[in-house]
Amino acid sequence: MLLEIRDLTQRFDATTVLDRLELLTGDIQALVFVGPSGGGKSTLLRILAGLDLPVAGSVAFEGVPLPRDEPGLRAYRRTVGTVFQAYNLFPHLSAVDNLVLPLVHVHGLSRAEALERVREPLERFQLMPHAAKRPAELSGGQKQRIAILRALVVHPHRLFLDEPTSALDPEMTAEVLDMIAELKAAGTQFVLVTHEMRFARRVADEVAFIGAARVLAHGPPDEIFDRCAEPRVRGFFDRILA
Amino acid sequence: MSRRFAHLVVIAVVVGLVSLAFARVNYAWNWAGVWEYRAKFLHGWLTTVGLSLASLVVSTLIGGIAAVCLQSKTPLVEAVGRVYVELIRGTPLLVQLLIGFYVVANAVGLENRYVCGVLVLSLFSGAYMAEIFRGGLAAIPATQRDAARAIGLSPWQSLRLVILPQAVRLVLPAVAGQLVSLVKDSSLLSVIAISEFTLNAQEVNSFTYSTLESYLPLAAGYLLLTLPLSALSRWLEGRFRYEA
Repeated sequence: MLLEIRDLTQRFDATTVLDRLELLTGDIQALVFVGPSGGGKSTLLRILAGLDLPVAGSVAFEGVPLPRDEPGLRAYRRTVGTVFQAYNLFPHLSAVDNLVLPLVHVHGLSRAEALERVREPLERFQLMPHAAKRPAELSGGQKQRIAILRALVVHPHRLFLDEPTSALDPEMTAEVLDMIAELKAAGTQFVLVTHEMRFARRVADEVAFIGAARVLAHGPPDEIFDRCAEPRVRGFFDRILA
Repeated sequence: MSRRFAHLVVIAVVVGLVSLAFARVNYAWNWAGVWEYRAKFLHGWLTTVGLSLASLVVSTLIGGIAAVCLQSKTPLVEAVGRVYVELIRGTPLLVQLLIGFYVVANAVGLENRYVCGVLVLSLFSGAYMAEIFRGGLAAIPATQRDAARAIGLSPWQSLRLVILPQAVRLVLPAVAGQLVSLVKDSSLLSVIAISEFTLNAQEVNSFTYSTLESYLPLAAGYLLLTLPLSALSRWLEGRFRYEA
């Protein structure tokens, strides 16, 4: 994925959350956003995922700019997958129906075709025994893995993952991170927002440090985590890794 | 004690106490006079069933539309919804019926008092439904709409597949309560001379001078309508049950 962000500005009421943000990545598979809470990471991810329109600026993947109107954005969202911090599964549907819903109602598969499509991924991630359960009956880790599958089974160009482990305890976090690592190994492209620094270093091809509404540092993980001279970035890592 | 048995015990106690009260006042029953008019009761009851069913459907429709208006971002549309709800909920049904029939229906040339009755009753009940629906929709977290948008659902699909199925579960008990009220409120249609259950009971009373014998069947007749509604609602609640 080749991502080009120019002059991107986002405001909510009087608050400027992204301030003429610029980012130009190489042709990479996994991009990870790190940085302090409230720095604009999630806001940026929502724009990349086509969920929000920015006030100004442009975003392009592979040289193709994101649409600027809701119908265009909806068509764009059908080509990507988004995973939220709070899973956002549909509580009235079973796990398997959460996966089938977009396949049937957005991508035009029959129910039988959709069930066939989701079987293999459910088995690969050991979720088949939980397929008939409603979200309330699943653990946090299981919920998030189902949510990742829901984004994945439509065969998206890339995934957007917004702090997918922030609501999970360490064991379930490991469960979900393993799954993401497996997706990386399988060639899935994704943009990930996370506070798991060790994991970020492990999966990222490039890391962008988002803080104070801008990209404060950007580059390969080793460069950002070990050799970054920007004092705000250094200070952040010193505080959380101490 | 099983739940069913507990219900029977409570019903038995209530019936016993009421019977005791009747026994103490030495009321002289005259069922024979009222029995003559059984066809009249049946006719009135069936009319009430018909009026209630029609109003139930129309008021749900009106309530749904008004709930959408209340949610609207267009100030004028929101104002229409808000004024409707507050005006109707804040005034007596009796007044609405009289104005609706003698003024509005007359002015627009609507002569069928049954149609007019159903419309006024539906407008009345729809105002309450609107607030129930609005509350149900507002209780669905914004994250659900986000998820629906993220997988590429259109706004209409999002409403139909994600929001409504969850909102229905939330509003069912309140809607059932409102429908029970609607059935009983239909008794007021007698003021515009609609020959429904209550009007017929009143007439039997004036023919026979047997007040309680005329009105006790009335109570039983309404229960016959409202209890199945409550049962239906509980059954539906069970079908829609899931933990959020």
